[in-house]
Amino acid sequence: MKIAVCVKQVPDTWAEKKLQAGDSTLDREAAEGVLNELDEYAVEEALRIGEAHGGEVVVVSMGPERAAETVRKALSMGADAGIHLVDDALHGSDAVATSAALATVLEGRSFDLIIFGSESTDARMSVVPAMVAERLVLPQVTFAQKVEIDGSTVRIERQMEYGFDTVEASLPAVVSVVEKINEPRYPSFKGIMAAKKKPVEILSVADIGLDPATVGLGAAWSVVDDFAARPPKAAGMVVADEGEGGSRIADYLVDQKFI
Amino acid sequence: MSEILVLVEHADGQVKKVTFELLTLARALGTPSAVWLGIGASDAALASLGEYGAEKVYVVDSADMDDFLVAPKAEALARLMADSSAAAVLLPSTAEGKEIAGRVAVKAGSGIITDAVGVAADFTATQSVFGGSTVVTSRVSNGTPLITVRPNSTAPVPSPGAAARVDVAADISDAAKSARVVGRTVASKGGRPDLSEAAIVVSGGRGVGGAEGFGVVEALADSLGAAVGASRAATDAGWYPHQYQVGQTGKTVSPQLYIANGISGAIQHRAGMQTSKTIVVVNKDPEAPIFELADFGVVGDLFAVVPQLTEEIAKRKA
Repeated sequence: MKIAVCVKQVPDTWAEKKLQAGDSTLDREAAEGVLNELDEYAVEEALRIGEAHGGEVVVVSMGPERAAETVRKALSMGADAGIHLVDDALHGSDAVATSAALATVLEGRSFDLIIFGSESTDARMSVVPAMVAERLVLPQVTFAQKVEIDGSTVRIERQMEYGFDTVEASLPAVVSVVEKINEPRYPSFKGIMAAKKKPVEILSVADIGLDPATVGLGAAWSVVDDFAARPPKAAGMVVADEGEGGSRIADYLVDQKFI
Repeated sequence: MSEILVLVEHADGQVKKVTFELLTLARALGTPSAVWLGIGASDAALASLGEYGAEKVYVVDSADMDDFLVAPKAEALARLMADSSAAAVLLPSTAEGKEIAGRVAVKAGSGIITDAVGVAADFTATQSVFGGSTVVTSRVSNGTPLITVRPNSTAPVPSPGAAARVDVAADISDAAKSARVVGRTVASKGGRPDLSEAAIVVSGGRGVGGAEGFGVVEALADSLGAAVGASRAATDAGWYPHQYQVGQTGKTVSPQLYIANGISGAIQHRAGMQTSKTIVVVNKDPEAPIFELADFGVVGDLFAVVPQLTEEIAKRKA
C-alpha cells in the first residue's frame, strides 16, 4: 500500500488571519504557520492504514519555503518520506491551479490512496480533494468519518447532516477525512529526531513540467477586487440574571419578532 | 436576459429553502433556470421552483445522481452549462455543492467562488472570510462564473410563475460512477431543521457540562423550531454528535437568530457563527468573549435561564 497524504501549512488556528494590502493574498507572516489542523487527522489516518496494511506514507505539500516545517511535522508523526512543491511562481494560486499542481505531483507515482483533510482552516473552500479526483480520474470518497480498506476496496462513512452515507470504491482513490475520524498522535521525541533524517524531495514548477504561466496569482481564475475588515458590531445589551433572565430574553425575542 | 443556472438542493422530493434563496438572488442577475439532478422531481416540486421565479427546470431524472458520489452530478451540470450557454451558475454552499462546483470548474475551465454571501449584477461576489472578520469582494475572471452561496444569505421572495420542465438525458460516463453509495444511515435528530440552513440555531458548549445537559438546549431549540449546534469543546468531549459542530473546524452558520449557551466564544467557535444576524448569549462568566458579539446577553446559570426561556416561549406562543 502506497499512501500519499496532502497537507497544507496555514496560520495558527487561534491567530487572527489577515489579507495583505498589496495583492490581497493571505498574510502568511502575520501568524505562526502550523500544519492545518484538519490535515493532522489525514496524517493520522494515513499512518493507521499504513500500519494495518503495511506500506509507505508519503507527505505531500505545496507551499512556500517555511512549509518545510509542516512536512517535517508530518514526518515526525511517522510518515516515511516527503515531497515539497515550492516555487515563487505558485504564490497566489487559486484552488483550480493548486489542484492542477498537486495532481501533477501525484500522477504517475502509483499511490493507492491519496488522503486529504476535509478543508483548510484558512481558505475553507473544501474543493481541492474533489478537484484532484476529477483531474486524476480517480474515485472521490470524501468527508469520511471512517475509512476501511478491504483488499482493493475502500469503504468510507461520508459524514452527512442526517447521519452518514456508506460509500465504496476501488483503489486507487482520493479520500478526505473529517476530524471525528481519529485522535492524531503527538510526535514523540524519537519521531522528531527520526524525521530529520527522512528524505524530502524538493520540487519546483519546472521539475514537474508545469507551465509557470498556468499557476500563481496572475493565472488565478478568481480575483479579489477589494477587502475590508468587517465593521465592528455595535455593543449589545448584557444583563445579569436575577431570576428573570429567561423571561427577559423572551421579551427581547418578542421585540425582535422571533416569537 | 441571460440565463442563470441554479442547482436545486432537494431531499425526499422536497426542495430545500436554500434553493429559493438562490432563485431570488438569480432573478437579479438574469433569467433563472433551475437544475434538478436526480429522481423525485414531482409536479409539486417543480411548481414550487416556478413560484420563486424559475422559468425552466432542467431535470436529469437519473438514479445515478444519488447512487454515486458527486461525480455524476458534476458531469451532468457541466454538460448543461455548456449546452445552455448560461452566464453564471449558482450552487448552495454545502459540502456537496462546493464539491460539484469544484469538479465543474476543472471540467469547464471556469473560476470558482465559494461561500458567497451576496452576488451583484456584474457577478461580483461578496464573501465573509476568516470567520467573518474580513469582507472580500471577488469575481471570476475566466469562464462561466461558478458561485456557491451560503444558506441564509438572502431572504427568499416569491415571484409567481410557471416553470417549464425540460428533461435532459443523463448519459453519465463509467468513470463518473466509481464511488458507489451503498447505504444511508439516518441518525435521529428529532425532526429538527438542517443546521446549515436553519433560520434559528440554539447551541451549547462547555458550560452545558455533559451529554444530558444538552436536554435543555434541545428543549429550547424545539420551542423555537430551531436546529441544535455545539461548540468544539462539546463535540470533542462526546456530549453531542460531531456533525453539529459549529466553528472553524465544523460548520459555518449564518442564521437569523443564534442563541449561544455556555459557550465562551473562542475564535474557533466565533469563526462559525459571528455572521449570524442576531446573537443571544447565556453564560455565567461575564468576561466570556462571546458577550462581545451579543445583541442581547444574560450573565447567569444556563440551567436556570434556558428552561425559563423555553417556558416563556411556550406561554407567549400559546
